[in-house]
Amino acid sequence: MSRGRALALMVMIASLITPLITPLPTHADPLPSGTGFLSEDLQARQADEAANPGMLWVDEGARLWQSPQGATGASCASCHGDATTSMRGIATRYPAVDATSGALLNLEDRINLCRTRHQKAEPYPYESDPLLGLTAYVARQSLGLPMDVETGGAAAPFYAAGEAFFHRRQGQLNLSCAQCHDDNAGRSLRGDTISHGLGNGYPAYRLEWQSLGSLQRRLRSCSFGVRAVQFDYGSPDYLALELYLAKRAQGVAIETPAIRR
Amino acid sequence: MALPPARVSMPAEARQGEILEIKALIRHPMETGYRVDSRGQPIPRHIVRRFSVAYDGEEVFRMDLTQGVAANPFIAFSTVATRTGELVFTWEDDRGEVVTVRKSLTVTG
Amino acid sequence: MPTRRQIIVGAGLAGGMALLPRLGQATPQMRDEAAAALTKGAAIQDGRVTLTIPSVAENGLSVYTTVSVDSPMTAGDHVKAVHLLSEQNPIAHLLTWHLGPRAGVAKVSTNIRLGASQQVTALVEMSDGSFWRDSKTVIVTIAACIDGG
Repeated sequence: MSRGRALALMVMIASLITPLITPLPTHADPLPSGTGFLSEDLQARQADEAANPGMLWVDEGARLWQSPQGATGASCASCHGDATTSMRGIATRYPAVDATSGALLNLEDRINLCRTRHQKAEPYPYESDPLLGLTAYVARQSLGLPMDVETGGAAAPFYAAGEAFFHRRQGQLNLSCAQCHDDNAGRSLRGDTISHGLGNGYPAYRLEWQSLGSLQRRLRSCSFGVRAVQFDYGSPDYLALELYLAKRAQGVAIETPAIRR
Repeated sequence: MALPPARVSMPAEARQGEILEIKALIRHPMETGYRVDSRGQPIPRHIVRRFSVAYDGEEVFRMDLTQGVAANPFIAFSTVATRTGELVFTWEDDRGEVVTVRKSLTVTG
Repeated sequence: MPTRRQIIVGAGLAGGMALLPRLGQATPQMRDEAAAALTKGAAIQDGRVTLTIPSVAENGLSVYTTVSVDSPMTAGDHVKAVHLLSEQNPIAHLLTWHLGPRAGVAKVSTNIRLGASQQVTALVEMSDGSFWRDSKTVIVTIAACIDGG
């Protein structure tokens, strides 16, 4: 690491622990999507289905939707029919509590539960291309629709846990999510602009990954970034956080598959 | 996978002489051969070497790629609509795998 | 004895970069040698070529790059090939597009990798055997949160 880069890193850390300058955002209006912090070039690539590499996974999801799976030989379409109508709006309501088990499920978990419970098939591993593909395909059916998750009732304890996680200082850098994504959102961090930490574009094609990836993978990256414990994919901690982030994104349009840096 | 993880975007119809913009994407790691895995073992190079387009059997565009091209290669180019026929898009990688996408073009006037 | 650089990299402050072993890089001289191999020593003229590439790339792993050439693209007068050359990547000759009169217009795009801030050169071979070029400087920035996930 060059002296310049080391200095830049120190400046970055210093900027994060600087007392608040900007007022805390009020959440009356929807927060801005992270897409607005991309260059025009990347925004154009995200909007163009012919150029957005995430669409390669959406295509795979569309094929899997029609594909017989597991002991039952049923496809997603066998029960749910045409995804463009049956899945429209579904992703806006996830994570959500499963009425049968009482567990909080994100979209990936719901797809896998469908596989084990109804198709009698093995669940797909996190970050496998089929799971990314199906998740992106289902979320794509809600393109442009505003996020609107349930945080009351059975979801209330999960939401409270996610909110607590978001505000808890963690890791060697001793930073909470809120210190970056509330207090310093919209400000520069190295060559980047800090987003408000909304999950409305996931699964997203992140240039750093050179692949589509889940929001859980992004959260693991965040934990790594502050040198904190990386929880397992689909862990209760990250699921609760995902619900809190989804509520932060209330009213923000789904953009899956977004492009992120 | 039953179908190739590739997509080609182009109009299905065109007037004779019209210049068509074509965009092609394929899912491919374009592994550089320079990286090591979490155990320190080198990850072998794995890249698309060549992308070519035949229009009614005649090659109208070709691209030679290296590891200097981004993962999941995106390629935009153009061709003149000459007559109704089939365009065949072929990606060949350095492990001998070949992916082909076919698109029909109807040319009027 | 580890260098200061190794300690810092080992500490994970550049976790993504730790996956990249140190490599020999191309140099401006290697770029020029790659160009000379393509032109077989013919003169290269500035002009007719427009290389469009971000002056600041948000991530060097995927930099949107377009080359357009002022050419009628007729059977007698057209672009034969467009090459992209790097002076800092591990290899100097990144790619070649082969065109002809059936392209109609000489404009091609792709996403390239840039290992460092550098000058990128588009070298174009015309059907009359002449060579033309355009070069642009790209500053490659690093995303705020390098992935360790």
